[in-house]
Amino acid sequence: MVDVAIIGCGVIGAAAAYHLARRAVDVLILEKENDVSMGTSRANSGILHAGYGARPGTLMAEMNVRGVALAREICDALNVAYRQTGSLVLAFDDADLEQIHGLYRDGVANGVPGLEILDGGQVLAMEPNLSPQVRAALYAPSAAVVSPWEYTLAMAEDAVGNGARLELETQVTGLARIASGGWRIHTSRGDFEARFVINAAGVQADKVHEMAAPATFRTTPCRGEYYLLDKSEGGTVQRVIFQCPTRAGKGVLVAPTVHGNLIVGPNAEDIPDGEDTATTAQGLSYVAHAARRSVPALNLRASIRNFAGVRANTDGGDFIMDWAAPGLLDLAGMKSPGLSAAAAVGERAAEILRQAGLNMSEQARPTVKKKRLRFRELTALQKEELILHDPAYGRVICRCETVTEGEIIAACHAPIPPRSIDGVKRRTNAGLGRCQGGFCGPRVMEILGRELGLSPLEIPQDRAGSFLLTGRTKQGGGRCE
Amino acid sequence: MRELICIVCPQGCRLRVEEKQDYRVTGNRCARGAEYGRTELQNPTRTVTSTVAVRGGMYPRCPVKTSAPIPKHLIFKAVEALSGIELRAPVKMGQVVMYDVCGTGADFIATRDM
Amino acid sequence: MSELIYDVIVVGGGPAGLAAALSAHEYGAQKVLILERDGELGGILNQCIHNGFGLHYFKEELTGPEYAGRFVQMLSGTGIEVRLDTMVLEVDAAQRVVQAVSKTYGYQFLKAKSIVLAMGCRERTRGAIGIPGTRPAGIFTAGTAQRYVNMEGYMVGKRVLILGSGDIGLIMARRMTLEGARVLACVEVMPYSGGLNRNIVQCLEDYDIPLYLSHTIVDIRGSARVEQAVVAQVDADRNPIPGTERVFDCDTILLSVGLIPENELTRTAGIRMDPRTNGAVVYENMETSAPGVFACGNALHVHDLVDYVTEESRRAGAAAAAFAGRDESCTAALEIQNGAGVSYTVPQYVRPENVERRLKLFFRVRRIYRNAVVIVRCGEKQLARYQRDHLAPGEMEHIALPRVLMDRAQGPITVEVQEAEQ
Repeated sequence: MVDVAIIGCGVIGAAAAYHLARRAVDVLILEKENDVSMGTSRANSGILHAGYGARPGTLMAEMNVRGVALAREICDALNVAYRQTGSLVLAFDDADLEQIHGLYRDGVANGVPGLEILDGGQVLAMEPNLSPQVRAALYAPSAAVVSPWEYTLAMAEDAVGNGARLELETQVTGLARIASGGWRIHTSRGDFEARFVINAAGVQADKVHEMAAPATFRTTPCRGEYYLLDKSEGGTVQRVIFQCPTRAGKGVLVAPTVHGNLIVGPNAEDIPDGEDTATTAQGLSYVAHAARRSVPALNLRASIRNFAGVRANTDGGDFIMDWAAPGLLDLAGMKSPGLSAAAAVGERAAEILRQAGLNMSEQARPTVKKKRLRFRELTALQKEELILHDPAYGRVICRCETVTEGEIIAACHAPIPPRSIDGVKRRTNAGLGRCQGGFCGPRVMEILGRELGLSPLEIPQDRAGSFLLTGRTKQGGGRCE
Repeated sequence: MRELICIVCPQGCRLRVEEKQDYRVTGNRCARGAEYGRTELQNPTRTVTSTVAVRGGMYPRCPVKTSAPIPKHLIFKAVEALSGIELRAPVKMGQVVMYDVCGTGADFIATRDM
Repeated sequence: MSELIYDVIVVGGGPAGLAAALSAHEYGAQKVLILERDGELGGILNQCIHNGFGLHYFKEELTGPEYAGRFVQMLSGTGIEVRLDTMVLEVDAAQRVVQAVSKTYGYQFLKAKSIVLAMGCRERTRGAIGIPGTRPAGIFTAGTAQRYVNMEGYMVGKRVLILGSGDIGLIMARRMTLEGARVLACVEVMPYSGGLNRNIVQCLEDYDIPLYLSHTIVDIRGSARVEQAVVAQVDADRNPIPGTERVFDCDTILLSVGLIPENELTRTAGIRMDPRTNGAVVYENMETSAPGVFACGNALHVHDLVDYVTEESRRAGAAAAAFAGRDESCTAALEIQNGAGVSYTVPQYVRPENVERRLKLFFRVRRIYRNAVVIVRCGEKQLARYQRDHLAPGEMEHIALPRVLMDRAQGPITVEVQEAEQ
């Protein structure tokens, strides 16, 4: 029996594992997909919100502000791509003006540093590509952008490095209390036992809750669609550009990504199926239209990818961090700013379990600073030395993002190795660029197959079952008479 | 009269072939076009390109082509005949991979060194 | 880091780079170096195993590997140096220094008297055209599928729908059919095909594969692997017409929706680009806005025929050799402007004194013309006219403009297309 089982390895599950494993807790992570960060945590805006967006006094506000402070430390320690860009919430009319002043007051109450209301002239001086219709904006210098999947993976890998066990492709199918204490977890790959269980199942959190307890909340999946633009457009804006939030959410944003692209989206559409990440013509056209209100000259022709993610909204307004049943802790309703808050949510979850009697060491293990080589970021001299040391860094596999064979091999031998082409992409950026893996895909497949001892026929594009190849040519068939 | 698009070269000439006048071809810009027009209506042929398995080469497949155009209706049979053949590197461009493909008199030949 | 000095460095060892290097050698360049990122020379030709190459240049019909093979054979004895598996990271156009990496040679600083950019092109992807729907496996660009099937020996699907009627898509329709897949249809958003007519005939019609013009994919379904594609007719503005949807049960979608010249190095080098071609702006000798830096092949503009790539690249190579010999460039240039019906020309500038007798001017038209006349004028004055009975956007055209005519031009030259009067 392990101390804690965590259901779901999105950013929330990974953060909980990160904090628990550092304090010598025996952790088991159960993830239904073939990689971590496969749900909401991989398809979102990648923004670490400053913290003015949540009502003072809510869990959301508290977790957001603490979470972004922790995220900065964690990203630095674990070498996760992170960039503090600052953000602007644009006001176009009187109602908007009133709203940004409200956000300003909330932000100050939440302890967000450096907030300022700027007039239209100041805003355009900072961001010349914004609409001249902008009358004012709320400026939050502490907002940042991050790679959400790298962040999740880094915390999960740190946990694994500290002894946590990750079981991929393991879907939880039932929860049963053990009379002597703890839980038996039924999964697609057998039963597991744990003293405590954390429900970090994202859009499936209500279902997991209901395996053990009467329903207390309902997940209402809400889909958001995005454009990702070529790096040529990455400089269109320097900061995260929001419009005033509406009932539906924070609205359509335009922002540089931490990898140098431009991200545009999302819309907000309630959908019945939490796994439905299809994009739609209507959704994308709404995003395009709404985004042009902020940035009229937005060059959507430079789009390299459309995608959609599903927010794990719940019918309640705040995050849910409560006992579903004795020993079963829900971490649910992690809608925006869930990514920003994640590290604090994980930290708080560990504290809740400690208070409930879980033994853990007083002192967290110091985080060992992770080194991750990103070839393209090195100087010429460093590159030369690196190739002399390991020639695999002299072979560029992904030419759009300049990712070398050495980086892919390193990813294949990390604590959580990739199992798919997209898994390599999330770890190394190979295939993230403008050709979307058209050129490097076959080569990545070859390296992944070689390093993991798999046939290319067994390597999926992404999720289990998303096979790329259907067989070999020139097999069988008769000879000509 | 039949209208055809010539496939001999990328110009894609629009040919008119008079079946009743001994397959007289007009609209062609070269003699090969006239030849194509005549054959296409009487005994259409194609050069077939494909691959065969190769062991020990830079890649697991080596490209091949028929040394001459073969009757169109034999294309699938010809390609099927390549299944199960395995070459051993080194392969030279022009090397015969299969003689007399489906009795057409044409051979499959390798189209690169490997 | 050692710095080696070359007369001409050619970036890219595909058909353009090979022709440029050979021509540079022929025209007197002593030290020529080809930098190729792949493990062998030949570029994309190695996976184009079909025939139809070389009719213009070699006057015989070759497959892609054979065409490439001839050029590789021509290298022997020339002393042209080749570095394979070598990726160029940066080109300094002013200093003419190339930075590259490879396993064998490590990090390289290479100095040249002149540089030829011949990086080729890449394929447009689903993201660039924004097809809505899910994002399952089974959606490939035609060229990626071609590599898997022809070189790696893998099949990429069993029931295939092809979006776009570009030549690679058409070729792959036949190729997949011959390997046992069922190709359900080829769907083209424009009212005309993007590929060569001969490929429509021998790749689609030969195998009874329907071509739907003015149609596009409006939805992709399937979670792990493609399960369905929804196709609809489009109106004159290319918007889907509601009610015309039809569903194809397929596990594979191949995209043949255009090629984009690969010019990251060119852009980073600060070389002037032409937004119409997505390639560099060049003079009559393929020289870019950076003196001593030349561009050719699909990196300059997308060609339909490799024969023309060869011809153009030979011009670039010869000019690069000449530049390496004298190390200066000339000035007074005429702009070549696009008139009605013309979407681009290459070159975009000409310095008539560099033209020996005739300038071969490549261009593309905006729509299909039957019986048209190509008019070259300077202001109101007509310099030349050329009769053409068929012009199509999918087929690159050229005219040979005599130098004497250009010498008469006082200002920019315009190329335009008109319907011929009956």
